[in-house]
Amino acid sequence: MKLKLVHSLICAAALTLASAAASAVTLHMHNGADPASLDPHKISGDWENRIAGDIFEGLTTENSAAEPIPGQAADWTISDDGLVYTFNLRDGIKWSDGEPVTAGDFVFAFQRLMNPATAAKYAYLQYPIKNAEAINSGDIEDLNALGVKAIDDQTLEITLERPTPYFLGALTHYTAYPVPTHVVEANESEWIKIGTIVTNGPYTPTDWVPGSHVTTEKNEHYYAADELKIDSVKFYVLEDESAALKRYRAGEFDILTEFPTDQFEWMEENLPGQAQVAPFAGLYYYVINNQKPPFDNPDVRKALSMSINREVIGPQILGTGEIPAYSWVPPGMAGYKEPYTVAWKDLPYGEKVAEAKSLLSKAGFSADNPLKLQLRYNTNENHKRIAVAISSMWKPLGVEVELYNTETKVHYEELNRGILEVARAGWLADYNDPDNFLNLLKSSVKYNYGRYSNPDYDALIDKANAITDVDERAAVLLEAEKLAMDESAGIPIYYYLSRNVVSPRVKGFENNAFDIHRTRWLELVEE
Amino acid sequence: MLNYAFRRMLSTIPVLWIAVTACFFILRLAPGGPFDGERPLPEAVKQNLNAHYNLDKPLIEQYFIYVGNLFKGDLGPSFINQDFTVAEQLMVGLPYTLIVGGVAFLLSIVVGIAAGIVGTLYRNRLPDYALGVLVLAGLVLPNFLVAPILQLFFGLKLEWLPVGGWGGGAVSHIVLPVTVLALPHVARISRLTRGAMIEVMHSNFIRTARSKGLSNASIVWRHALKPTLTPVVSYLGPAASYLLTGSLVVETIFGLPGIGRYFINAALNRDYGMVLGTVIFYMLLIVILNLIVDIVYAWLDPRVRAR
Repeated sequence: MKLKLVHSLICAAALTLASAAASAVTLHMHNGADPASLDPHKISGDWENRIAGDIFEGLTTENSAAEPIPGQAADWTISDDGLVYTFNLRDGIKWSDGEPVTAGDFVFAFQRLMNPATAAKYAYLQYPIKNAEAINSGDIEDLNALGVKAIDDQTLEITLERPTPYFLGALTHYTAYPVPTHVVEANESEWIKIGTIVTNGPYTPTDWVPGSHVTTEKNEHYYAADELKIDSVKFYVLEDESAALKRYRAGEFDILTEFPTDQFEWMEENLPGQAQVAPFAGLYYYVINNQKPPFDNPDVRKALSMSINREVIGPQILGTGEIPAYSWVPPGMAGYKEPYTVAWKDLPYGEKVAEAKSLLSKAGFSADNPLKLQLRYNTNENHKRIAVAISSMWKPLGVEVELYNTETKVHYEELNRGILEVARAGWLADYNDPDNFLNLLKSSVKYNYGRYSNPDYDALIDKANAITDVDERAAVLLEAEKLAMDESAGIPIYYYLSRNVVSPRVKGFENNAFDIHRTRWLELVEE
Repeated sequence: MLNYAFRRMLSTIPVLWIAVTACFFILRLAPGGPFDGERPLPEAVKQNLNAHYNLDKPLIEQYFIYVGNLFKGDLGPSFINQDFTVAEQLMVGLPYTLIVGGVAFLLSIVVGIAAGIVGTLYRNRLPDYALGVLVLAGLVLPNFLVAPILQLFFGLKLEWLPVGGWGGGAVSHIVLPVTVLALPHVARISRLTRGAMIEVMHSNFIRTARSKGLSNASIVWRHALKPTLTPVVSYLGPAASYLLTGSLVVETIFGLPGIGRYFINAALNRDYGMVLGTVIFYMLLIVILNLIVDIVYAWLDPRVRAR
């Protein structure tokens, strides 16, 4: 009898467990590289953002279209001069251990971000905050000088250096996430370990095996926990894209965050509608050394830019249909209606080549005295294919190209030191503002690898950044873009596309220019 | 024997020191640093990072700090995977590598020797030829080709096995990676066994055994196997160190945690601490494995013992 009772108890327990397991919805997400950290102040990659943005939440957060919406802040007011933001936190928001999230946690986090001792890689994204740059570079030692103050537990005031129209968007970024003061102070660098870490986002991490996966579970203390349709997410580390696609096909993944471009056609045929390709706020471009003769001659730069047949690169060379770029700012940036496109954009390709030829001969180049250049790219199959294609497009102009590839670290280190004639580079927007891209050509900016230097351009950018009116500011930025593009300061090639593969089981996945898809908005349905 | 082992261990210390020193300085000669990347960092941030990891100090001082920490058993921080120190990462990855590599190692020995024996007994007949073809395939097909083919066939076509992942260590999850890892070693061991056994089978003591009327099985098991194993064992040292240090290709394709990716990824990322940590770890592992091989060798071959 007793035995029978025990037996039935075990059965009942097993059944409950089984039904709990069956009802728990787990999203299996391919996530690419191994995250460097779960600490929002120590990360810098999109694969890290996917996890961090699920487990933490800033004052504002992203909706399914990656537009800023209220996050931990319920609402806010902005002073008339655009310098002071006052945020009211939501009532009753909590960390995953049940402790309240306070304005003090935000102050602590922003100070930690800017503290040079934290060595946060991406601190500069929040440089619009008053004294942030001075503190981060060690010019001001008092962390309390930072323009982030807690008025009371629920009210946070942020003062800026200058009006920054994209600031609410910048606050969705992981550099603006709060960290749990009580846990960080008690555990210092160990606070991030599984078992110790507490988070304020929809999910909280419960398992991390480097090289394999990070698992997150629903945070029951999250203010919208009841609305979450997915209970747990497993982020898989897998850098081999072909292997990832095979695992997707075997049903082991629900979402792939990258796919091998040469498989695109196959997927279109065999997995219709699952491979998602969408414009992405990023620019693939060639840097050209504006200081080094003969590339200091705008005609030479223009000839090189004009003679690239951009229309074939996306559809034929890459196979995924990247959109040819004739402007420096990708289309669709907030408050920036249409970027400035070069005047020669719509000329037939033959005429472009003819004009490029005459520009080069004007600059003194001929069959006897050909233009020779070195084209650098970081080792990657797609970069190589594009470089080979472009050098063959330059061949009819009599340009002799030496292809030179190095691994990524070396490539960028040399670009930083200005060692280049023409070199491949790319830029992805950090926040929804044209300023992101236009900064790349400012003379004082370090990642202006081509050392384009035009005082008028710099003055226009500075002028724009002091303007609060969105339309007025956009007009000035457009003027700057026109100036740089007319001088062929750099060679835009294509706008990036985001590449995801999404199972038909996943609902709520919306393509957007930032390729940010928080699990909060997703749902898994049975087919 | 113990004395010998101890001396062998001791003699590795200077080797280790030279390797660490050479590695430390050669790494720094490579252009690019751990914090260079697609996103250049503002000078202030880069300085903060360099200060955080002592990279702003003169190189020689960094070297002494590193060696000093090493004596305390501290392999230092990883510049890239910041939530785990170098030692922690090696410890997290090691069990996975040991399981996959260990199983592959045992499989290589058992299947390799068995195939070698079959090849000898059926010399120049069909089983021998068939095995010869398989061995050739095992030797010439690179793992980055075999792995995706097996994934496609067993994972996607037949749907017998998962395509990748660790799956909590379930047997089904390690079948394919173990097979890929073991294949070239099975091939080589079977060839070594076959070669050695053919030679042994022609030696006088086997002829004596035969003339006594012993059965074929008893000749192979009792008399021929042990001397056959000598060349196999000397191959096992390198094979074990190859398998137990993990495989970048297999780990990357199957998405397994393990230490095989660390060395190459760390070198590409200029994660100086991680590169040095893995070098030290690999060296120790290889030294220990070679020592074990020498001991087994002495047990197998009386001539070695006598020396």
